[in-house]
Amino acid sequence: MSEHSSYTPGNAVEKWLDDRLPVVRFAKEHLMDFPTPKNLNYWWTFGAILVMCLGVQIVTGVILAMHYTPNVGLAFDSVEHIRRDVNGGRIIQAVHAVGASMFFVALYIHMFRGLFYGSYKAPREIIWILGVLIFILTVATAFMGYILPWGQMSFWGATVISNIFSAIPVVGENIKQLVLGGFAVGNPTLNRFFSLHYLLPFVIAAIVGLHIWALHVPGNNNPIGVEVKESRDTVPFHPYYTMKDLFAMVVFMIPFAWFVFFAPDILGHPDNYIMANSQVTPAHIVPEWYLLPFYTILRAIDFNVLFIDSKLGGVIAMGGALVMLLIVPWLDTSKVRSGSFRPLFKWFYWLFVINFVALTYLGAQPAEAPYTHLAKLCTAYYFLYFLVILPVLSRIETPKPLPTSISESVLGKAHA
Amino acid sequence: MATQAEHSSTNRRDFLFVATGAVGAVGAAAVVWPLINQLNPDASTLALASIEFDVGAIPEGQSVTITWRGLPVFVRHRTGAEIEEAKAVPLSELKDPETDEARTKEGHEEWLIMIANCTHLGCIPVGESGDFDGWFCPCHGSHYDSAGRIRRGPAPKNLVVPPYEFVSDTLVQIG
Amino acid sequence: MIGAKTMFKTKIIIAAFAALAGFAGLPAMAAEDSHATPHIERQGWSFAGIFGTYDVHQLQRGFQVFREVCSSCHSANLISFRNLSEEGGPDFSEAQVKALAAEYEVEDATAEGGRRPGVAADRWPAPFANDQEARDANGGSLPPDFSVLAKARGVTDPFPNWVFNYFTGYQEGGADYIHALLNGYHEEAPEGFELAEGKYYNDYFPGKAIGMAPPLAEGSVTYEPGEDGVAVPETLEQYSSDVAAFMMWMAEPHLVSRKQTGFVVLLFLVLFAGLMYGTKRKLWAGIEH
Repeated sequence: MSEHSSYTPGNAVEKWLDDRLPVVRFAKEHLMDFPTPKNLNYWWTFGAILVMCLGVQIVTGVILAMHYTPNVGLAFDSVEHIRRDVNGGRIIQAVHAVGASMFFVALYIHMFRGLFYGSYKAPREIIWILGVLIFILTVATAFMGYILPWGQMSFWGATVISNIFSAIPVVGENIKQLVLGGFAVGNPTLNRFFSLHYLLPFVIAAIVGLHIWALHVPGNNNPIGVEVKESRDTVPFHPYYTMKDLFAMVVFMIPFAWFVFFAPDILGHPDNYIMANSQVTPAHIVPEWYLLPFYTILRAIDFNVLFIDSKLGGVIAMGGALVMLLIVPWLDTSKVRSGSFRPLFKWFYWLFVINFVALTYLGAQPAEAPYTHLAKLCTAYYFLYFLVILPVLSRIETPKPLPTSISESVLGKAHA
Repeated sequence: MATQAEHSSTNRRDFLFVATGAVGAVGAAAVVWPLINQLNPDASTLALASIEFDVGAIPEGQSVTITWRGLPVFVRHRTGAEIEEAKAVPLSELKDPETDEARTKEGHEEWLIMIANCTHLGCIPVGESGDFDGWFCPCHGSHYDSAGRIRRGPAPKNLVVPPYEFVSDTLVQIG
Repeated sequence: MIGAKTMFKTKIIIAAFAALAGFAGLPAMAAEDSHATPHIERQGWSFAGIFGTYDVHQLQRGFQVFREVCSSCHSANLISFRNLSEEGGPDFSEAQVKALAAEYEVEDATAEGGRRPGVAADRWPAPFANDQEARDANGGSLPPDFSVLAKARGVTDPFPNWVFNYFTGYQEGGADYIHALLNGYHEEAPEGFELAEGKYYNDYFPGKAIGMAPPLAEGSVTYEPGEDGVAVPETLEQYSSDVAAFMMWMAEPHLVSRKQTGFVVLLFLVLFAGLMYGTKRKLWAGIEH
């Protein structure tokens, strides 16, 4: 696709630079002239929105770290110091906290877009796998970030999640102590989580680089899932998609700003305004909303399976729910990428979306009937969708006829 | 006709692009400023930028060192002899000419208030020592007189007098 | 053929409605919570919602209640005297704050005897040296710190009310709870409720048995008449509203400036989004997509 370079150095200086470090050539080929399918819809703007989210989190995070103190005696007060005394601190802190939620909103939309349009299928498996890695790392980063304000939810969230490690047979307790740096969540835990919370976003940024690199080998998938055939199927990335992505970013900033300025605490939990206390557990522990689907799966396994006890079973299910995403490209073998041309798939897909929302909702509910039954049901569908429905559909479904090219598809739409 | 319509549409397009770019630039600047301003001293630091200190308890011939904006500050209750000595020095002998009156407050000549960092490289000079009955900086050998003025050694300037005023007979507001 | 784009959107909307409808039924199915607290009424807080700002007079009265009643047991460790004269707060003058601070003695290791009169930059002095001392003086119960207490309490709204809060920006559940708690005392526990020695029965406290005696009663604080000379009612209702408002300010001192900035930012974003949309459309005008 980029075998014919679009860059010719304009003068001697550019040529000199190009022979030594071809950054201008790289930018021109990959950020400006990169041929992009012209039929991408707005769901495709979430990639750029996610880059923005990562940037916002890194910039505000670096600033917060200038004023934050990672010590169990001082952390809670230092966060309040940021909110009260640092110039603009209330807003910067709110952007970072709300930004985590907005990040996950965009991340989930981006992933569900990929699942609907089959963006994980050959030759884009590695893009998808890198994306899943980014997701898992982002979950880890967000989780560790939530510990830092050192409120009750921080402490008890860390306690509950670190107990996951103790479910591992034989060495579990040792691994837990290794992770915590003690027998319970304490100062060593807070310090190492702060260190990793600072480090991981840069690791994520590096993997994002690979993710985009891998994307630029075959180029973008598109809503009809038919590969680009000729140059009239595409437009240069700049200015067409730069402008479209920027527009989408500005629109995305509107709800973002709404929460930051008018409801900065609504996505959090009141208990996190109580300083961590190892002697008192809050009545009702809930993780942040974006972790709830997986928290539900963790809790749903409340029964022993053969020699696996319920605790280990829950951990396996939750880990499995994430790790399974890595093999999705090989579970769905349908030759048709886009869900738009798969009449049966569509129904199961949208049921999966509803099911995922239900998993989120159930994670915030108390562990009692009927929620526990529903949680089992929803967990079962989550796994069935990937492990049974996708492989079976690929065999039995008759897809609708595909347009022969992107150009034919958009022209057909224009005349309809 | 056709060219005219084309022309005006180009103009409108250009205007829209310029307007969008300009608004975007304003937005970017409005985002960047708070990100820089957060580096400035915060409200808790600024609250201590101005302090009050009661000099009444310091007997004649004694000094105390207090902290102001994180810096050590000498407050010295000078003896009559010290004041006389400082006033008697002709300005022509001084490396950084400044009268004793300029370094104290009228009616409060016995109080000398100075930031206690040597103007050479920032060490804290030792009181009641040196060759001029003032301060001596042991780091690099600067001698200050009884008005805190540099007399000999590598320091280029007199010890710095912070902004202050007497709000009552003995109560000083520094900063 | 209907474009894939349109199809996708329609489906999303249907799915969203289906999901919402599904959840609406759920709470009804949930077992009735036996230890549930009674419903907590929303108060007409001046600072609620996106246009809300603090009522300066209410904050000053609330401060008076806090100072004369609450602060003898409750600390407010994150509050400095200077906060009381800062913008968006009870709007005391700097001179008033200076005089107020000087009435208190604060600990200072560098001062003679370890104590000195307070200055505006000092934190509000705590009534007890440490948690244990506070417990000992209060029959084993620890009076919580007030600094962020109004945000550390909340009211769980049933579905779909909590969804509406996202659109109204209602975050005043903590103040509602504090107001309800102060009005929720009963002289005697209901029949069959075992009330431990030194505890008081309160409808809204989790577990109903609270260690704090009813702190406020009609007339326990004497208010100055308001600016217009009209006397402010010296009732429990008035006191509890005022002190809850003051506690909300302590917890969120920059609420007013935050919302003001928010309006400018949102206005800007809407305008900019409009311009960006125009630019994007112009650019794409000649392209079939």
